Amino acid sequence: MNDLVATVVRGLGNGSIYALLALGFVIVYKSMRVISFAQPAFMMVGGLLVSYLVLSMNFFLAVVVALLLTGLLGAGVERLALRPMIGKPVFVIAIITLGVDIVIRTVVNSFIGVDIRQMGDPWGLKQLAVGGVTIDQRHLATLVTTLVVVAALFAFYRWSRTGLAMRAASSDQEVAQAQGVSVGAVFALSWALAAMLAGLAGVFLSTGIGLEQNLWLTALKALPVIILGGLDSLGGAVVAGLAIGVVEALVGNYGGSLSPVFGGDFFLVVPYLLMLLVLLVRPYGLFGTREVERI
Amino acid sequence: MSGRLATSYGQDMALLNTPAKRWWTLVLVVAAVALPFVLEDDLLVVLATAFVAAIGAIGLNIVTGYAGQVSLGHAFFLAIGAYTAAALSGDPDSTRLIGFGITSLPVWLLAAGLVAGLAGLIVAPLAARLRGLYLAVVTLGLVFIGEHVFKHWRDLTGGVGVGRPAAVPELFGLEFAVDGAMFTKAQKLYLLMFVLLVIFGVLARNLVRSRIGRALAAVRDRDLAAEVIGVDVTRYKMIAFAVSSFYAGVAGALLYVMIGFVEPGSFNLALSVQYIAMILVGGVATISGSVLGALFITLLPRLTRELPAVLPFVSSSSTAGGITVFQVEAILYGLLIIGFLIFEPRGLFGIWIRIRTYWKAWPFSH
Repeated sequence: MNDLVATVVRGLGNGSIYALLALGFVIVYKSMRVISFAQPAFMMVGGLLVSYLVLSMNFFLAVVVALLLTGLLGAGVERLALRPMIGKPVFVIAIITLGVDIVIRTVVNSFIGVDIRQMGDPWGLKQLAVGGVTIDQRHLATLVTTLVVVAALFAFYRWSRTGLAMRAASSDQEVAQAQGVSVGAVFALSWALAAMLAGLAGVFLSTGIGLEQNLWLTALKALPVIILGGLDSLGGAVVAGLAIGVVEALVGNYGGSLSPVFGGDFFLVVPYLLMLLVLLVRPYGLFGTREVERI
Repeated sequence: MSGRLATSYGQDMALLNTPAKRWWTLVLVVAAVALPFVLEDDLLVVLATAFVAAIGAIGLNIVTGYAGQVSLGHAFFLAIGAYTAAALSGDPDSTRLIGFGITSLPVWLLAAGLVAGLAGLIVAPLAARLRGLYLAVVTLGLVFIGEHVFKHWRDLTGGVGVGRPAAVPELFGLEFAVDGAMFTKAQKLYLLMFVLLVIFGVLARNLVRSRIGRALAAVRDRDLAAEVIGVDVTRYKMIAFAVSSFYAGVAGALLYVMIGFVEPGSFNLALSVQYIAMILVGGVATISGSVLGALFITLLPRLTRELPAVLPFVSSSSTAGGITVFQVEAILYGLLIIGFLIFEPRGLFGIWIRIRTYWKAWPFSH
């Protein structure tokens, strides 16, 4: 029983990282109708900046500064590489983000090198025992931070003027523009927000275990998450992110009997299998809006 | 513009519809056949790899360029082709790996294509239900699942870091992968791959200018409208996936013949992206564009390797300071994708068309 609780908490910790990443994807999708494949790069940038900044300042301050810088980078990328492409097919824009990802990640990798960079976070691999259940502090910290960030994000969308503008631009760009919403600013802000969320995910992902080059693959796990939750559903992203984290942890822990057939690291592909299964039944994910087709 | 009057549809759609095209094709073919006697062997191997990549790129262009179904799963189908061929032509006495000892090139080549095509057909119903980026992500999932399976199926693939020998090309007793009395290994492989590229290129060109090609374009441009005018959208999406995967299977089977070795870790997302880059840089929905793009992307590493001689701040080893060629290559590759999409969406093929139009009307360019 204790083992189960510990596994679920670990799943929730990893799942909140997926949720943060997925939120970034969904925010960009809502504003531009494009899946941004550049998210893994922003995730790495966030982690990398913290690992350098922490050498000269407090961890929490380093996170704030790093996220602001990552956000700026996101907005900059949008302005340089994405703005000229407005009105082009989404496929083309998606591939541009792939190109952006390759470029940024190569630069990041040259800074990481072959070492594992430590975050200098206060949690490390320390554990916490609550009523016989041992859990990593970092998983708990990730979960709590994610919940706070998600609550703030939802409040921002729901009650702030800018949030309203972003929702308006997402539902109809031309009408929003006619009402005085600067759609360009909305794009830039969406990219900045998405980059910051990815950066935060990068920081938490590398707390304890450290940042290394191959970590970017984790960011791609947010793709099954957003497909499961529905590309345009913020709530769906959070729910599906946590769910996939938990399922992955459960399979990782209890799927040992499967390992002779599927391999010991079978849990790594569980998100993708789950995605295929759900899509067979619901082509727009669990919470996504069905596309309206006009003839 | 110098006009050309076509008096029938068949005449308009003919493969080599102008004398200029006929002459240039002849010149290109003669030049390509003459190359192995001029160039050095290592360059020939790179070119042969590029020809094989071109076959794969043509396949991706059929499903993504012509039918408009974005697929990031090309690496998966390449892997299926590579392993089908490797297993068929593998050593039957090996205790470590599956092998059937069928080294005849046409047999394993067709089998690789058919098995991959079948896999494409299995995936296609899922694709028929999904649109746009949902499909892109699902095909991406396919790559990850495939990579996992191939890494763990040791009897077939040899496992991570170990790998297995690639398919053995042999045709009517003629071995391609060994040096012969008349030709070297590189020369033979180059000519073999060139002939295969011409065959598969012409086949694809014929496919896309036929009824099927027009149906695919209709599905791409507006699937609802296509359905209204009587195109069976699901059926044509399945055809597109099957044909594309067939090409991928063939390319996968041949791709590792040059190095003679397949490693299961190589069939990852980066490989899929490489093929996407080929068709984008070359030209979406053109066969000759796919070939141009494949040549360009495959020759790119070879070009960047010459950089340290020209630019002193680029170093060729990863231990020395400064920027390494590998980093330059990766960045160039990303920038090329972005640059082509922003400035020349029709790719190299588009540049060629612009040059051609300019000279057609020269010296009266307007």
